[in-house]
Amino acid sequence: MTHTGQKIQDRAAIAGIGRTPYGKALGRSEVDMAFEAIFDACEDAGISPREIDGIVRYDMESVDEEQLLAGLGNPDLSYFLGTGWGGGGAAAVLVHAAVGIASGMANTILVYRSRARGKQSVFGKASNLGGRFWERLDRDLPGIDKWHVPQGIVTPFHEMAMITKRHQIDYGTTEDQFAEVAVAIREHAVRNPEAVMRMPMTIADHHASRMISEPLRLFDCNIETDGACALIVTSTERARDLRHPPAVIRAGALAAGSHHRRLPAMFPRNRDEDSAARTGRRLFESAGLAPSDIDCAFFYDFFTSLVIIALEDYGFCKRGEGGPFVENGGLSWNGGRLPTNTNGGQLSEAFIHGLNNSLEAVRQIRGTSRSQVEGCELALVAGANTDPTGAVILRRD
Amino acid sequence: MPDLRERALTRDRPRPQPTLDDVEFFEATARGELRFQRCSDCQTWRHYPRPVCPECQSPRFSWELSSGRGRIYTWSVVHGPTLPAFRDDLPYNVVDVLMEEGVHFQSQVLDCPADEITADMQVEAVFVPLDEEITLIKFRRP
Ligand SMILES: [Zn+2]
Repeated sequence: MTHTGQKIQDRAAIAGIGRTPYGKALGRSEVDMAFEAIFDACEDAGISPREIDGIVRYDMESVDEEQLLAGLGNPDLSYFLGTGWGGGGAAAVLVHAAVGIASGMANTILVYRSRARGKQSVFGKASNLGGRFWERLDRDLPGIDKWHVPQGIVTPFHEMAMITKRHQIDYGTTEDQFAEVAVAIREHAVRNPEAVMRMPMTIADHHASRMISEPLRLFDCNIETDGACALIVTSTERARDLRHPPAVIRAGALAAGSHHRRLPAMFPRNRDEDSAARTGRRLFESAGLAPSDIDCAFFYDFFTSLVIIALEDYGFCKRGEGGPFVENGGLSWNGGRLPTNTNGGQLSEAFIHGLNNSLEAVRQIRGTSRSQVEGCELALVAGANTDPTGAVILRRD
Repeated sequence: MPDLRERALTRDRPRPQPTLDDVEFFEATARGELRFQRCSDCQTWRHYPRPVCPECQSPRFSWELSSGRGRIYTWSVVHGPTLPAFRDDLPYNVVDVLMEEGVHFQSQVLDCPADEITADMQVEAVFVPLDEEITLIKFRRP
């Protein structure tokens, strides 16, 4: 019997990574930034944009295939799809790319995300004019939003604050532990000249930052930035002939079905049945690996507390032990229990819906990170651990 | 200088728009009744409304009266940002109430200072009209 996902094991690899500069206000359109990142990734891989025959993107991406095709030289696309669930899809895009390669549907697949999220980069209410989805809600809410937005539960940080509070109630997780996550990831950003937030941070700095939605403070939340990222996925065999050592997709997994999109149905079940926990079990089983084999992790760090919960979801510690796990520099690149988000993550490098973390995972596998984990062979990349989600394990060839 | 971006955002209170799958909920709250769907086959309560039972997939259900009582499961105190419509309320609490029927319901606790909210605190539903058609469910300490 084959395990879920075994047919994609080691078949595909990330051969190219590209990006724009990151900034709080680049004053550029999402289409413009997408092209820069895509051409940068093609250059990095050593391929022509015309060779792209597959595109995998987020459903939320405002720059669609149609807007890209002419600029890419009208390549002949044979595979294209989107993945739902916002940040939950951050690693699912790589799973779908691996499926496209392993199944033979395409040979050169582009994965990308372009976002104008900085406050100065919101040009209007249309979906491709920057900004945040919750600022564009209509007054009348026919969808699932109707159950919480009229009560003042408007943004992801309000929802995640409530999940965080429940983790505190159940396990006694502390604000010092949240701060440990922010400080470790900022330490990585300080070492990364491309990161947007490079001022060193202490636990006291974290505690002094303004309250956003109790218990989450400003420094518990991802930053809001402009920028774009792109990756080129191809067969492992072909990747070996390209410019850089391949970052092989050892395994990929998806899970949906425990949580609903929003809070009303989020709490009834045991957290071990969350999508992220089921993704983790499926991923390690299909890879024939254990969490202790992972050298470097990339969690979807939209909030510090959700990184703590992700450590539990993916089996790096027991349920409720994520807080103690991050203490005393547990996530540091340099001797931490599990070097995590060595680029500075979405808390401090940039918020490109998780793809900036995937780029750094590739650098760790190539051995080119500015905070290189010694002898890094295996990296975990996970999507947001709330709703339907996914994850991949990358390995050195 | 006028903040055009601000003006482009709605200042009106966001409002649930009833649909065929949940209109009974809003008809009930307008009458001062809190009702949830309950499966006619396995008796499981559910919220938010949906056409079939999540436990046994039965399409048969009735809209039954809730006791209106529950306990605080989790909460937050919002300091902002939020929608302009809620800005004058800042800071405000938001809560998840585990109802006696076993369903979770997101709302707010009225007349309760933020530092007095505790896990498992008992609350009961109150009816707060939003406009002529829509009545929201909020909570109060008994
Ligand atoms: Zn039933």
